Amino acid sequence: MELFTNQVLAGIATGAIYACMALAVVMIYQAIDHLNFAQGEMAMFSTFTSWQLMQWGIPYWAAFVITLALSFVAGIAIERILFKPLAKAPVLTNVAGFIALFAIINSSAGLIWDFTIKQYPTPFGSSPFLGSQLISTHQAGMIGVTVLLLLGLYFFFQYTRIGLAMRAAASVPESARLVGINTSWMIALGWGMATAIGAIAGMLIAPVVFLEPNMMGGVLIYGFAAAVLGGLTSPFGAVVGGFLVGIFENLAGTYIPGVGNELKLPIALALIISVLVVKPAGLFGRHIVKRV
Amino acid sequence: MSAAEEVVAEGHQAVEAVPKRAMTLGTGTSLVVLAALLIAPVFVKNFIIFQMTMLLIYGLAVLALNILTGGSGQFSLGQSAFYAVGAYTTAVLMEHFNVNYALTLPIAGVVCFGFGFLFGQPALRLSGVYLALATFALATAMPQLLKLNFLEHWTGGVQGLVVTKPDAPFGLPMSQDMWLYYFTLVVVIAIYIFSVNLLRSRSGRAFMAIRDNEIAASAMGVDVALYKTLAFGVSAAITGVAGSLGAIAVQFVAPDSYTITLAISLFLGMVVGGVGWLPGSIVGAAFIIFVPNIAEGISKGLSGAVFGVLLFAVIYLVPHGARQVAIMGQQLAGRLRKN
Repeated sequence: MELFTNQVLAGIATGAIYACMALAVVMIYQAIDHLNFAQGEMAMFSTFTSWQLMQWGIPYWAAFVITLALSFVAGIAIERILFKPLAKAPVLTNVAGFIALFAIINSSAGLIWDFTIKQYPTPFGSSPFLGSQLISTHQAGMIGVTVLLLLGLYFFFQYTRIGLAMRAAASVPESARLVGINTSWMIALGWGMATAIGAIAGMLIAPVVFLEPNMMGGVLIYGFAAAVLGGLTSPFGAVVGGFLVGIFENLAGTYIPGVGNELKLPIALALIISVLVVKPAGLFGRHIVKRV
Repeated sequence: MSAAEEVVAEGHQAVEAVPKRAMTLGTGTSLVVLAALLIAPVFVKNFIIFQMTMLLIYGLAVLALNILTGGSGQFSLGQSAFYAVGAYTTAVLMEHFNVNYALTLPIAGVVCFGFGFLFGQPALRLSGVYLALATFALATAMPQLLKLNFLEHWTGGVQGLVVTKPDAPFGLPMSQDMWLYYFTLVVVIAIYIFSVNLLRSRSGRAFMAIRDNEIAASAMGVDVALYKTLAFGVSAAITGVAGSLGAIAVQFVAPDSYTITLAISLFLGMVVGGVGWLPGSIVGAAFIIFVPNIAEGISKGLSGAVFGVLLFAVIYLVPHGARQVAIMGQQLAGRLRKN
């Protein structure tokens, strides 16, 4: 039983990261109807930025905040410069754009910071949490930060004018434009926020997976799996999906024989495909009906 | 070549009455290219022959993706997975069962056809981004699948397998590289002719009908499910053959040679060559082979960045890739002749 509780808690901790990634993916998907394949690489680049800031002697939390701000600006800049002109282009062009972004960010991170694996500090320490052997303080910190972030986002979208405007721009762009919302800038804002959320996910997972240019590959696939499970049209679903996928991953790794670390990616693949086949809209997404 | 011309003409109605003269221009170009491909190996070093072989092999893989995306309008970011399956089929058959290398090609094709057909089943219900996502996940997971413990006896696990390079048969006075080059060339030309004819056939028209409007196609009596999975199967089969040729040429297979990077390269090759334009495949392949070489020469790790920047350049400047350049060339030639 203790093993079970242990694994579920560890699953919630990694699930928190998947939830962040899924949320970032869903925010951009809602804004522009495309999946951002470069989301993981953007998060990786943010994480490297914060590491660089710390190397320059800036304390952890200051580096954390500066990185969020930089990521936010970078996200907006990427949208304005690269993807706004592609808004009307076919899906293929957009996918190609994201792939190009993926390649550029991945290899420039390698050029700037090298491909060697680096240690990344955690502000929470890794001693047992509150004296219990179940989870470490870092895992508890991951959960804590994510919960704070989610609450913050919830209040932002529910109770602020700009949050409302962003929701309107995502769900009915035409009408939103008619009531005077600048939908184009709402999309850019969504990109900025998604990039910042990705940065948080990257900085929290980096102490676990270590810092290197390919660190987010697996995390992104799990983030996609979470987003698909929860429904690509539902931010709430993405969060729930993230936690579920995290728990599922850990339990499968513990209890199904033959599924070790080496099978983690195939599990994500199986999960994505089975959800898409059985329930393409996901748990909380809405069905999209195509008109002839 | 003429099927390609058709596609070109169809994509650009605005082109002023090109056909006849331009057609000869196109045929002429393809004859020159073919002659160059036939004669060149006699004059160059073995390493360059090897690179030309790889050019043909990647060209074949890009062609396969072109049939899937350009033909039936479905996405795949997972071609590296099919390529890997083809390569491993050949490697395992040659090294464990002593099967002749030439015989492993059709077997790899059939295995990959089955794999692609099966993968096409879930893909049926997916369109656009969802399909891109599912295939992206497939490509990411493939290296780990190949490293599985219980397959290790066959696949050699992380170490991979070494493949013996075949000698030229009948005591022909040729180096191994040169023989393999001509062997590849014959296979590639055969598959190219097959593909051109496939796209012109009833099935090819069904693919394109699905690409242009799925609902209309099904109303016209096209069995959408069958043709979508068929496109996946054919594309996977051709990619598989490319994979097995690749395994023989490189003499080595290992899980980490078939990562998502390969899938991205192939996708890039298709975009650069022009989506749906088969001759563009070889241009795209040249791009994905030589550009990284040049970039890596300048600085390690630079190739990804160069790829990305060039891809953006293609998207913004020549969205139809090499095909657009070819059309511009044709128009220019037409204008010159008129004057």
